[in-house]
Amino acid sequence: MRRFSAWYGGHQVLQSIDLDIPEHQVCAFIGPSGCGKSTLLRWVNRMNDSIAGARAEGSLALHGSDLLGRGVDVVALRRRVGMVFQKPNPFPKSIKDNVAFGARLHYRLTRADLDELVEKALRAAALWDEVKDRLGSPALGLSGGQQQRLCIARALAVDPEVLLMDEPCSALDPRSTASIEALIRQLRSNYTIVIVTHNMQQASRVSDTTAFFFEGKLIENGTTDLLFTSPTQKQTEDYVSGRFG
Amino acid sequence: MTSLPASTPFLSPRARPARVRLRAAVEWIIESILFLLTVLSVATTVAIFLILVRETWGFFTMRGADGQVLVPIADFLGDSIWSPLLSNPPRFGVASLVSGTLLVTAIAAAFALPLGLLTAVYLSEYAPQRVRSVLKSLLEILAGIPTVVYGFFALTFITPNLLQPLSSSFGTHSAMSAGIAVGIMILPIVSSLAEDALRAVPQSLRDGSLALGSTKAETILRVVIPAALSGIVASFLLAITRAIGETMIVALAAGGGVAQLTANPAAQVQTMTAYMVQVFLGDAPAGGVEYQSSYAVAFTLFAFTFVMTWIGALILRRYREVYE
Repeated sequence: MRRFSAWYGGHQVLQSIDLDIPEHQVCAFIGPSGCGKSTLLRWVNRMNDSIAGARAEGSLALHGSDLLGRGVDVVALRRRVGMVFQKPNPFPKSIKDNVAFGARLHYRLTRADLDELVEKALRAAALWDEVKDRLGSPALGLSGGQQQRLCIARALAVDPEVLLMDEPCSALDPRSTASIEALIRQLRSNYTIVIVTHNMQQASRVSDTTAFFFEGKLIENGTTDLLFTSPTQKQTEDYVSGRFG
Repeated sequence: MTSLPASTPFLSPRARPARVRLRAAVEWIIESILFLLTVLSVATTVAIFLILVRETWGFFTMRGADGQVLVPIADFLGDSIWSPLLSNPPRFGVASLVSGTLLVTAIAAAFALPLGLLTAVYLSEYAPQRVRSVLKSLLEILAGIPTVVYGFFALTFITPNLLQPLSSSFGTHSAMSAGIAVGIMILPIVSSLAEDALRAVPQSLRDGSLALGSTKAETILRVVIPAALSGIVASFLLAITRAIGETMIVALAAGGGVAQLTANPAAQVQTMTAYMVQVFLGDAPAGGVEYQSSYAVAFTLFAFTFVMTWIGALILRRYREVYE
């Protein structure tokens, strides 16, 4: 993205962001609440389209193709860029129907292919062993951590290139968080992952690169190791060391 | 009675403890009044039901001069002709009235349920805020129109301007005309309640569906409507219950007091409610068998609406809290 700015109504949320997100790595967005990191994430798959008054300028591209223009096929974009939300939001359907939801929209599949796809996606999300005997039971009967992994499986089932995660663990207990983090590290080899988090330990545990945002500006961006151990900006240092200022 | 510690720094030394006993007494009085009012409304309902049962029992045990039961329950349920006022001996086959009610209700439902649901989807998912608030208040005005106006509308507009140009088989009164008017009457119930149900579906579910690359229509069809299904079905059942019990429209527009067992929408029909109006408007002498029959009809009507309400409650309980 180059010189990317975004507004909600008259309020500018992001100011001229320049950021490259490397392929097949985990990139963490950190920063205090209201700094614009979630907004940025939601522009990548155009989830802000449905919010009245949201607009953006500058350029935002995936493998060189523009994402912001009017002609962009948002449906196709969202197939390539999956998203996992802050709170687990499984549909009130069966576990299997949740995973199959996106695939059924985009592909014509035989029953056998669909079953195989559901199993693959659930295995990739490290949920298969826990639910393989009850694929037909309601997804809302799962625990919060399982629901969130189901949402990840659901996103993986449409075969995206990029996975956006908006504070995926903030509604989960520490144990479920640990399992999601382990999953993120596994998924890195096949997907480009962007994760927004408030938890700096989490950012340092799961990410390869980290971008620090403050008041709508990108303050610093670099490998996670360097950004946490020897930040170049004073604000970054204060934030990552807990002296928020 | 506890007294406050004298050392409270905010309290003037002149302050004295409130009258605790008086406050407790007022509490008790308020609670008792509320309880009595609740009992009163429940008791009224129960009393109506008991009178209905007693009078219905009276109807089925009325005996003629020869000591025979005038209308055995088997005749009431089995006879296909309802003609208490015109034929001799009078015939009391409630099936004709039930068929009239069901025919009008079916026409109204066929018209109002799909249209109401589509309206609700538009209002909840597509309409801009301002359009929604204007349309919703217009629909609520529709709900406030007295039903006699709908009946009048059916007679003076729907029949001559919509139905009679279509087919010459429509007379002044028809099940179709009344059914359409009843449909217009229950439309706001469906659209308003179904819209509430749709809007209660959390935005996060819509986001989740959109983020998987579904279009807006796919999201509504596959996620929002299924998630709101219990509320939508409840709105349908409530609307149908209202249609079954509707009186003024059918009394005016469905028929001129001729009950018949038919499924022809162009035919004149008499509904259970319309028959009761006819009896109590004075076509039948009080205390006679015709007069008494209206209680049996009322009981039948009550059974229908009770079953509908009961099914609605079951569905609500079965599907409630499918989402957070």
